[in-house]
Amino acid sequence: MFIHVVARRVFIAALLVGLAASRASAQFEFAGSWAPIGTEDVQNDSVPVDYLGLALTDEARTRALTYDESQKSMIERQCAGWGAAYLVLGPFGLRVSSQIDPVTNRVVSYTIGAWEDWNEMVIWMDDRPRPSEHALHTQAGFTLGRWEGGALAARTTHVKAGFIRKTGVPLTDQATIDWRIFRHGDVLTVLMVATDPVYLVEPEIVSKSFRLSRTPLDYRAGCVTGYEGREPGDAVPHYGPDQNPFIDEFVKLYHLPKEAVLGYPETLYPEYRKKIKDTYVPPPPCSESCGAAGNFVLRR
Amino acid sequence: MRISRAATTLVVTLLLTLVQLATIHAQQRGGGPARSARDSAPIDLTGYWVSYVTENWRYRMVTPAKGEYRRIPSSRAALPIINAWDPAADERAGNQCKSYGAGNIMSVPGRLHITWQDADTLRIETDAGTQTRLFHFSPSSASALRTWQGESTATWEPAPGADGGSLRVVTSNLRAGYLRKNGVPYGERATVTEHFDLAPLAANGKLLLVTTIVEDPEYLTGPYVVSPHFKKEPDGSKWDPTPCSSTW
Repeated sequence: MFIHVVARRVFIAALLVGLAASRASAQFEFAGSWAPIGTEDVQNDSVPVDYLGLALTDEARTRALTYDESQKSMIERQCAGWGAAYLVLGPFGLRVSSQIDPVTNRVVSYTIGAWEDWNEMVIWMDDRPRPSEHALHTQAGFTLGRWEGGALAARTTHVKAGFIRKTGVPLTDQATIDWRIFRHGDVLTVLMVATDPVYLVEPEIVSKSFRLSRTPLDYRAGCVTGYEGREPGDAVPHYGPDQNPFIDEFVKLYHLPKEAVLGYPETLYPEYRKKIKDTYVPPPPCSESCGAAGNFVLRR
Repeated sequence: MRISRAATTLVVTLLLTLVQLATIHAQQRGGGPARSARDSAPIDLTGYWVSYVTENWRYRMVTPAKGEYRRIPSSRAALPIINAWDPAADERAGNQCKSYGAGNIMSVPGRLHITWQDADTLRIETDAGTQTRLFHFSPSSASALRTWQGESTATWEPAPGADGGSLRVVTSNLRAGYLRKNGVPYGERATVTEHFDLAPLAANGKLLLVTTIVEDPEYLTGPYVVSPHFKKEPDGSKWDPTPCSSTW
C-alpha cells in the first residue's frame, strides 16, 4: 500500500517535472537589462516634419502638420510622456523584471521599467481576460503576452490617443500594437507592428535590437515640471492648415522626396525607389557631424 | 504481487520521464536522427518577399551624402575610404556590386526569392543587383575565391519544446564591400551573422525579420546591427531583376 502511494506520487511529480521542463524550454530569459544598440534610425528626433517610413492616411498627415512641438512646453503637457510605441522609437534601453507567482513558480508578468518620459509597461503572462473596451485607456495600454515559437508574443490594446512619433504623428485609442521579442544569444530584437484604423494605411513596423547589459540600467527619473515660456491658460501651440513652417526642412536638408517625408504609403516599397531614380539629386558631401552615432540629425 | 505492480509502475514512470527529458534535451541541441535541413525546417522561409522600408529610410531608399556614416561604428581606418568614395571609379573597376554584398544586401530595397537548391542548401536570390546567396546546412568545400556573398553556413535553431524557431546564418570569406551605397566599408575579414525569424501579419500575412550583425576588426569598432524586414508576397509577379549600380 505504502509503495503504491509512493509510486502514484512519483508518477504525478514526474509528470509535472516533464511538463514544466517542456514549457520552460520554450522560453528565454527576458528579465534583465538590455542596452540599446542604436545603429538603426527610425525617427530623426530633431526634425519637426519627418514622417519617413510611415504609411499615413490623409487625415493623419493633416493633423500631424498642425502639431507644434512647443506643446510639450506647456506645463500641463510636460509630463504627459509618450505612448507604448516609444519602447522601440525612443533612445533608451530596457530594464525588465519578472513577477513570479510564489505558489506555482510561474511568471505572472514582465515589467519593462519606466523612463523619464515613458511609463512602465506590464506584459501579463497569466492569460487574464482583456479588460472591457470601455476600460481606462492609458499611455502604456494593456498588454497580454505568451510564448510562441521561441519568441515572446504580446498584444497591446487600450492605449490612450496620442502620438506614434515625437513629430506629432497621431495615433488613436483604437490602435493595437503587436510585439514579438526574439533573443539570439546576447542580442534581443523587439519587433513592433502597430495598426490604427484611423491614421495608418498600413502597419508601422519597427524592429529595434538591444544587447544584454552586465551593468543594470536605470532610467528612472521623476518628471518635474518647470516654466518653459508658456503661461497657464495660453492657447495650445499649433499650426493652421498649410502654415507649418518646417514642412520643407527635412526635404531640403537631405534632398528627400516630399511624399516620402510626408509618409505616403507607396514610399515604403522598392518600386518607389525606381520611380525617383532619374529625378533624385544627391545632397552635397557631408561636412559636419557626419559620423556621430547620436539620436539627432543635423539641423541647419 | 501488489508491491511488484507498484514497483513496475514506478520504474516505468521514471523511464518515461527520463525519455521525455532526453527528447527535450536532444531537441535543444538540435539532435535526433539525421534528417535533411529541408525536412527538419522549423519554419518555412520559401517564397517571394518584398522589403518594407520603415527604418533607415534615408540610408536605404536614396543614396546618402558622400562622407556621411551616421549610426555606423566605423573605425578610423574606414574614414579615408568613406571620404574617397568614387562611384564612377567603382563602376569602371567592375565594383558596382560593392553595396550588394552579404554585409548589406538584405537592406537593399528589393525582393527576395527563397527556394531550396537541394535538401541541404537554401538559396536566396535578390532582384536588386541580381545576387544569389547559398546557405549551406552541411559542410561544403570552401572556395579560395572571395565573393560578394561569401561562404554561408546555416543552422536551424528550433524553438525548444515548441513549434517554430529561427535560422542562423554565418557568412565569411567575403569580398570587401559597402554597408551603405555611399561607400562606408567593410573588409574581407568581416563576418556577417544573421537570424531569420518569422512573425504573423494581419490577413494571414507573414513578416520576415532578418537581424543582421556585421563584425569587422578592420573597419568597425563594434558590431553593426540592423534588422530589415520583408512582407510575404503571393507570387513572383512583381519580381524585377535590376543590375548592380554604384550610384543608385
